[in-house]
Amino acid sequence: MATVELRNLRKTYLHEEIIKGVSLVIAEREFIVFVGPSGCGKSTLLRMIAGLEDISAGDLLIDGQRVNDTEPARRGLAMVFQSYALYPHMNVYRNMEFSLRLAGMPEAERRQRIGDVARILQLDPYLDHKPGQLSGGQRQRVAIGRAIVRNPRVFLFDEPLSNLDAALRGQMRVELASLHRRLGATTIYVTHDQVEAMTMADRIVVLNKGVVEQIGTPLELYHRPRNLFVARFMGSPPMNLLPVTINAQIPEGSVQVRTETLSVSIPTQQTGLEAGAPATLGIRPEHIRIDPQGAVQGVIEISERLGAVTLLHVRLPDGQMIVVQTGGDNADRADTPIRMTFEEEHCHLFDADGMALARSTDHPLLAGA
Amino acid sequence: MARTSTHMRHAAITVLAWGIALWMFFPILWMVLTGFKSEPDAISTPPHFFFSPTISSYQDVFARENYWHFATNSVVISAMATVVALLVSVPAAYAMAFLPGPRTRMTLLWMLSTRMLPSVGVLVPIYLLARATGLLDSRTGLIVIYMLTNLPITVWMLYTFFREVPVAILEAGRMDGATRWQEVTQVLMPLALPGIASTGLLSLILCWNETFWSLNLTSSIAAPLTTFIASFSSPEGLFFAKLSAASTLAVAPIMVFGWVSQKQLVRGLTFGAVK
Repeated sequence: MATVELRNLRKTYLHEEIIKGVSLVIAEREFIVFVGPSGCGKSTLLRMIAGLEDISAGDLLIDGQRVNDTEPARRGLAMVFQSYALYPHMNVYRNMEFSLRLAGMPEAERRQRIGDVARILQLDPYLDHKPGQLSGGQRQRVAIGRAIVRNPRVFLFDEPLSNLDAALRGQMRVELASLHRRLGATTIYVTHDQVEAMTMADRIVVLNKGVVEQIGTPLELYHRPRNLFVARFMGSPPMNLLPVTINAQIPEGSVQVRTETLSVSIPTQQTGLEAGAPATLGIRPEHIRIDPQGAVQGVIEISERLGAVTLLHVRLPDGQMIVVQTGGDNADRADTPIRMTFEEEHCHLFDADGMALARSTDHPLLAGA
Repeated sequence: MARTSTHMRHAAITVLAWGIALWMFFPILWMVLTGFKSEPDAISTPPHFFFSPTISSYQDVFARENYWHFATNSVVISAMATVVALLVSVPAAYAMAFLPGPRTRMTLLWMLSTRMLPSVGVLVPIYLLARATGLLDSRTGLIVIYMLTNLPITVWMLYTFFREVPVAILEAGRMDGATRWQEVTQVLMPLALPGIASTGLLSLILCWNETFWSLNLTSSIAAPLTTFIASFSSPEGLFFAKLSAASTLAVAPIMVFGWVSQKQLVRGLTFGAVK
């Protein structure tokens, strides 16, 4: 297994810079997820690592060796494509054998390897089937098998689950995670689905317009978003964001912000905040409590009952909509006026440039991180 | 009610389709029939649908010209021109489909535009070139000309077929360690084989039917079947039965060939249009 290092990688295409200097060190056995909206450059970055796209500037190192100009196959990587990209004219066995045959591996060894991989992925009964005769999930498994047989130093996945239906996607997510634990392979995984990113990653790289917005563990990104983009992107339903005005800095590490109708004191280590400056208050739906004595009032517009939890879409007096997550047994209906409390220690504050202000409290799971 | 009208419409379409098919087929049928008539029957007005068939025209044709000589030329020239055209156009279409540059589209259109020029427009230069290089009345000369005139069509067709192959499959091949050559021969070609086959078939048919260059650049040694037909055409429509017999002999091989391969051809010609 291997380490991968990206040093200020850049990609220019037709005079337009798509990847604007990405630096990252990926440790051995690490599961890294590139996540971001479509067009953010995550697939391009993966393809640059794979060798399918030229690197315009910067260095790519695998195990400390610069591989910018090395042929894809010689980089020791294996890739699973979004469309699976199986060879339709070859059966499952031949699909997995292709790379081994090209590498000149003896027949007996090939048979042995493919047998082992087929067993892990439960593909034995389908070895003589053509890809066209397989279901989506089975094709996916063949694509993974084709990557595994090569015993690569690094696995690359390009949105591998996006063509599967929701139930199968959940199942494959678990299978991929356990496969990663079993093989212990360094893995780079691209997705636009933040649930996949949260559940599988050791570390997540959030990309936006070719720039890294934040790198961190799933919980770091969730609880300590560095800016508004990450705050918006991670979490479902997304964080509530309200434009506010800084009211006053209270000396002992907290700041008071207000809108026309509400006022909240947020603990922060940031100093030198100017009264009257615009800012954005962020609070996740699960950190708003329904509280008859609460300071914030609103009217329920829609109540989405998901069973385990209920999401209340609440209109504040100034017309802003927020989402409040409550228990599944909440009985409130639409048009009911309610009162709420924002859990202050869980509030995020972003300055006019969208950057998060330093927090003074932290999530217990992140202590020491 | 609705059901009856659907039935009526189907019936009408069927009748119309048969009508058009027969209308298009009629000249060929007439040619075959005329080949079995005596010369007076062949030119009689009104035309005779019923007559006592004779093979005397065929006997005359075989007596006057060596059919097999022309037929061999047709087969060799068409096959060679097609093979060379494919050898040139597969790499060309690969480059255009998978490694397009800013001028690829223009190059393709320019290639196609050369087909719009009437052949006679370049007759003199081509004739002079052929004479200077000693390729007049040689199979090689016709093979080169046929190959070149068909290249725009074969490149275009292959380009269209290759574009249907998902790029990711070729990239998977590259990731698996395939060289460019292995990528083309072991991944792309097997996938595009139906397309390559229909392109080859079309090229064969076009070469077989090509008349202009064969008449102008060959006389006897390298003359294909189109020249063979022309040698039976005489002014004032004399010897109509013999001309018909010769024509039947010339088109029969390619018709049988087209019949056998029609499934492949139809698939090839409608590829991309119907999915």
